[in-house]
Amino acid sequence: MASPILSLKRVNKSFGPVHVLKDVDFSAYAGKVTALVGDNGAGKSTLIKCIAGIYTPETGEFIFEGKPVTISGPRDATELGIEIVYQDLALCDNLDIVHNMFLGREEISGVTLNESSMESLAKKTLDGLSVRTVKSIRQKVASLSGGQRQTVAIARAVLWNSKVVILDEPTAALGVAQTEQVLKLVRQLADNGLAVIVISHNLNDVFQVADNIAAMYLGSMAAQVEKNSVNQNDVVRLITTGAQK
Amino acid sequence: MSQDLNIKQSANDWWSKVKAGQVGALPALLGLFVLCIVFGVQSSVFLTPGNLANLLTQAAAVIVIAMGLVFVLLLGEIDLSAGYAAGVCGALLVIMITEMDYPWYLAFPISVLAGVLLGAVIGYLVAQLKIPSFVVTLATFLAFQGLLLLLVGEGGTIRIEDPVILAVENKNLSVSYSWIFFLLTAGAYLLSGLLKFRKRRKAGLVDNLFKLWVIKTFILIAIGTIATWALTVERSNNPDLVSLRGIPYVVPVILVLLVGATFVLSRTSFGLHIYAVGGNAEAARRAGINVKMVRITAFMICTAFAAVAGMIFVSRANSISPTTGGSSTLLYAVGAAVIGGTSLFGGKGKVSDAILGGLVVAVIDNGMALLGYPAGIKFMVTGAVLLISATIDAVSRRGASTT
Repeated sequence: MASPILSLKRVNKSFGPVHVLKDVDFSAYAGKVTALVGDNGAGKSTLIKCIAGIYTPETGEFIFEGKPVTISGPRDATELGIEIVYQDLALCDNLDIVHNMFLGREEISGVTLNESSMESLAKKTLDGLSVRTVKSIRQKVASLSGGQRQTVAIARAVLWNSKVVILDEPTAALGVAQTEQVLKLVRQLADNGLAVIVISHNLNDVFQVADNIAAMYLGSMAAQVEKNSVNQNDVVRLITTGAQK
Repeated sequence: MSQDLNIKQSANDWWSKVKAGQVGALPALLGLFVLCIVFGVQSSVFLTPGNLANLLTQAAAVIVIAMGLVFVLLLGEIDLSAGYAAGVCGALLVIMITEMDYPWYLAFPISVLAGVLLGAVIGYLVAQLKIPSFVVTLATFLAFQGLLLLLVGEGGTIRIEDPVILAVENKNLSVSYSWIFFLLTAGAYLLSGLLKFRKRRKAGLVDNLFKLWVIKTFILIAIGTIATWALTVERSNNPDLVSLRGIPYVVPVILVLLVGATFVLSRTSFGLHIYAVGGNAEAARRAGINVKMVRITAFMICTAFAAVAGMIFVSRANSISPTTGGSSTLLYAVGAAVIGGTSLFGGKGKVSDAILGGLVVAVIDNGMALLGYPAGIKFMVTGAVLLISATIDAVSRRGASTT
């Protein structure tokens, strides 16, 4: 396998007396979808929050594009090109798609917003992701379906030439057709050359979209394996017992 | 492809927006229209130029407070003390001019600055200490009332004789300046709109609202022409003695505030951040917006507008009294903003809507007074209109969330 764009080595994180991450190793590869699976409380969310700079681990090494880095805040992660799409999407219903995509990082000319430049760039990004379901990118997010909202949230994450995109349960609240649509989008992201990390509880989705599967068990990385080398039963065993075979 | 989009399609787009709950200023506009017809038919005085000028000067202070309140309401907060903040700033203005002999051009900015400071205190308590704005401003409502009483003295009023301050509510632009003012305003509006659409065309973006904008602009300019004409008609009972014609000075004052506030809200990133914080504060925080600073600034803007309203109150009454900005002022202002289409839930509303809503409130007040209804009925009707607008807001939100 090629060398990973992002790899974590022996990461430890505790909250008071609770040891949440125990010597966790994890890698993400450009152009690949890495699924992060594990039962509730296995430490998936803590791990991605460490990557996104929301938590700072006590010990452990971060290697990004071959160089050791320290991520001590969300801004550091953003600057490296790591974007996270939260489960609750974090979109403003009352703003349109363009404004949501640029929120907090608006394009300014003089003192005013550069609306046409933002709109063109937003359109280009959505076209690049082969999104055709959105009627107008000037419509309010309130009027979008769950799948379309997920699309906007993902498009916002890739707008900034990001290199690693982390998706937290992107299909959790979606129906069948919309899940399909979002998984296609996830695949598209990886095909565009990004490293994609997907947290999911749905093994069908994982097997459909992932190249790599990283399974966590009680705060440790049980295994990170290639999808083709395992079947669903193996993954279930990893999640529930942490045992390889 | 922008040429293919015809008028029917853009009207359809707009109608689907309305159905999706983005009714905006439509109910207020319809309400204003209906009210004007009803009062115009019932009262022979209502639609006269004299009453039109009267209406504008009556409504001015409440409208300005409402415009400032929009910033706070957009965040889903409220400022109950804006009325008395106007009183306090007005009192400071009067005291500086009459007792300290400050010129108006020094006293007025200082009184606005005082408003900004009052707003900063409120904003700090709300944003930093996270006390609900309802409670904070209830407290400052009482405190400002007391401060005003202390400044003015119990039972007393302080008269003001500064000609410039008095002119705002009592004098008019000359007829030729009225028309020049109208032409400049209309020209600037046309130009800014055309430039915006040209920029979009250049960038190769769809502009399906262009034809709708043309219609809107045409109607606005028609209304503006009629209003300017009506205001330049002689409205004095005794023209030989004193001529009374032209646009009241307070109109350009409000227009400058409107243009400034609309520019900030719709063209700058600060404005976008206000909408974002009002729509989803957590999303705004995650996007890297300084939510606290946005909140504090909104309260500062709100009380700065209140300070301007204080000046208008003073100009209209020729004096300041311990009740200036009290009684129903603030409630009328909140009512004006809500009737205009600003949502109390935050995230939705425009400054121009506050003007519309303020006119609705003023028309009810003025029209019913002309028809000889007692104050009791007036309050009840205004209350009912406010309730109707709040219902429209709540129902349209439901419509928006189910589509």
